[in-house]
Amino acid sequence: MDESYNFAFLDEGSKREIRRAIIKAISLPGYQVPFGSRELPIGRGWGTGGLQVTLSIIGPEDTLKVIDQGSDDSVNAISIKKFISLTTGVGITEDSEEATLIQSRHRIPEIPLTDSQVLVLQVPTPEPLRGVERSLGAARQLHADKEYSSAWLMLYEQIMRYGRITLGADYPVLVDGRYVMAPSPIPRYDTLKLHNAECLYLFGAGREKMIYAVPPYTSVEPLDFEDYEFDIEDMGDRTCRLCGATGVYFDEMFDPQTGERHYQCSDTGFCSKNAQRGHTHEPGINSK
Amino acid sequence: MAYVAVKGGADAIESSIELLKIWRSDGDLCLEVEMITTRMKQLVDRVMCEAGFYSPQYAALALKQSEGSCEEAVFLMRAYRSTLPRMHTSEPIDCSQMRLIRRISAAFKDIPFGQVLGPTYDYTHRLIDFRLSSEEEGSLQAFREQYLALVEPESSDMKAERVSEILRQEGIIASYEPDDTEPVDITQEMLMLPAARSARLQTLFRADTGFVSGVAYAGLRGYGFNAHPTVGELRSGYIEVEIAYPLDKSEAISLGEILFTEVESYISRETGTGKELSELGIEIGYGLVFGRMDTKAIAMSILDCALNYPHPHSPPNDEEFVLLHGEALEMSGFISHLKLPHYVTYQSALDNIRKTRRGEIQ
Repeated sequence: MDESYNFAFLDEGSKREIRRAIIKAISLPGYQVPFGSRELPIGRGWGTGGLQVTLSIIGPEDTLKVIDQGSDDSVNAISIKKFISLTTGVGITEDSEEATLIQSRHRIPEIPLTDSQVLVLQVPTPEPLRGVERSLGAARQLHADKEYSSAWLMLYEQIMRYGRITLGADYPVLVDGRYVMAPSPIPRYDTLKLHNAECLYLFGAGREKMIYAVPPYTSVEPLDFEDYEFDIEDMGDRTCRLCGATGVYFDEMFDPQTGERHYQCSDTGFCSKNAQRGHTHEPGINSK
Repeated sequence: MAYVAVKGGADAIESSIELLKIWRSDGDLCLEVEMITTRMKQLVDRVMCEAGFYSPQYAALALKQSEGSCEEAVFLMRAYRSTLPRMHTSEPIDCSQMRLIRRISAAFKDIPFGQVLGPTYDYTHRLIDFRLSSEEEGSLQAFREQYLALVEPESSDMKAERVSEILRQEGIIASYEPDDTEPVDITQEMLMLPAARSARLQTLFRADTGFVSGVAYAGLRGYGFNAHPTVGELRSGYIEVEIAYPLDKSEAISLGEILFTEVESYISRETGTGKELSELGIEIGYGLVFGRMDTKAIAMSILDCALNYPHPHSPPNDEEFVLLHGEALEMSGFISHLKLPHYVTYQSALDNIRKTRRGEIQ
């Protein structure tokens, strides 16, 4: 641990201010709380929002896990872990069940989280209406008025054009029946894990300077129509070549020699644990 | 294989960082930080300005650490700034009290106290001086001594009233009561739109030099802002920064001097209606930067003025466009994040592409 910096890098005044924003966010599920985003030693757009949330709530007793697109070993996850560990000295784990605090870019771990865990998601674009309303001011007004017809219209237009809703990751959701929220670019496969979850989800957008939250046991519904329902990515009968899991979210890979296609669990922590246990299947929330 | 699917990310990062040191240490001359602060002043000024952090020492150190990359140096400065508690707030500075090194007006030939060109590249021919490649420090120092012996010392204490003060006395420029509202500080709270003028000016001060100049240039060329501003005054000089003495607020402690460049641009505008016809008046756009970055200061003053006339289809007049996209760290951060793996999100997009190509209807 580097003693020349304050615990968790930021000065205490900044951390307190960010915690205030977090409390406000928890009190208003799905509402984007503006905050004075601080500059950090990692790139803006590389997870500084999530990192500021993590640094503001982390304590010496915490055990931290950091994942990037599911992977514990991705260069950015490594870099963030290294930085937090340098400035806090907390324990680091790859086991999502062991972690008290998990910072993630674009994935929610396969194993459901509990009420003693917090998942911090890094957010590139916190504004779910950005695609239909580029002005920040106008979008905030739409949220205040609960005026979401443009978002519904966007879905309708996709159905007219492609016969289906073609939103990929970052599928917009209605939180607590009030605010439309960008769940960050998690795959649709992960979206339903936000609904009535045991754990607290915090979302931090550093560049766009917003913090928002989905508290435990909050209703989170993807925007869809009765006759065109939300659906998740088709993982078909894929199995993980490393641990044999099915029904989880996969990375798709190509063998450069044979040109063959392989699949491997996107959640690397889950994958190695699953392989150790000798399991071939772990029922996640979506493996129906 | 790619840089996430395999284990060993940590080792790869370590090696990459080590390699940086190799690139930084080409040649066999050690780059002294003092060389950067004294001989690369303009670069140091730009880094400090975009970082919103005045410290020539640290700016030079950051430049040394980043092989002279402005983008990286600003980044280092900003990140370090986040660790510093705010101990004091300075007293407002008054640029009319500037100890001038340069002061020109493009509006009036003859201004009280005169035009002072000061150190400027404006009238140099941009010819590479090949003699500098074999320049000797001794003869350079001899020139300095000779020059400084000739210049009268009192000329370095030159102060002058602003040009706009003259027009103000004539009533052409409106006079305003000093506004002592607590200024917004965008480093402490999110920039909310519509922005207070203090937030606008602070944002432009810290904005990327190239961005500010480019957008102001677009405005000049006719993208929305169709007035040719006149540089009423451009002044560079030193201003003393003071904080109130904690035990007796009526006393001030001087922290030292900072070199600034300030610009007031004049733009003719309808200011009100007379008896029958509209009346024209002069509006002032304001620019301020650390150091001697004339172009950025002028560009800032153009944008300050342009933003008073909002127009959603003209980028230089669109507050959100101007204030949200010039932030050096944000632009470089978000663009560079595209280098990060997007395997999960791309799978999600691919899923839709495959489904629509199979003609799968929901």
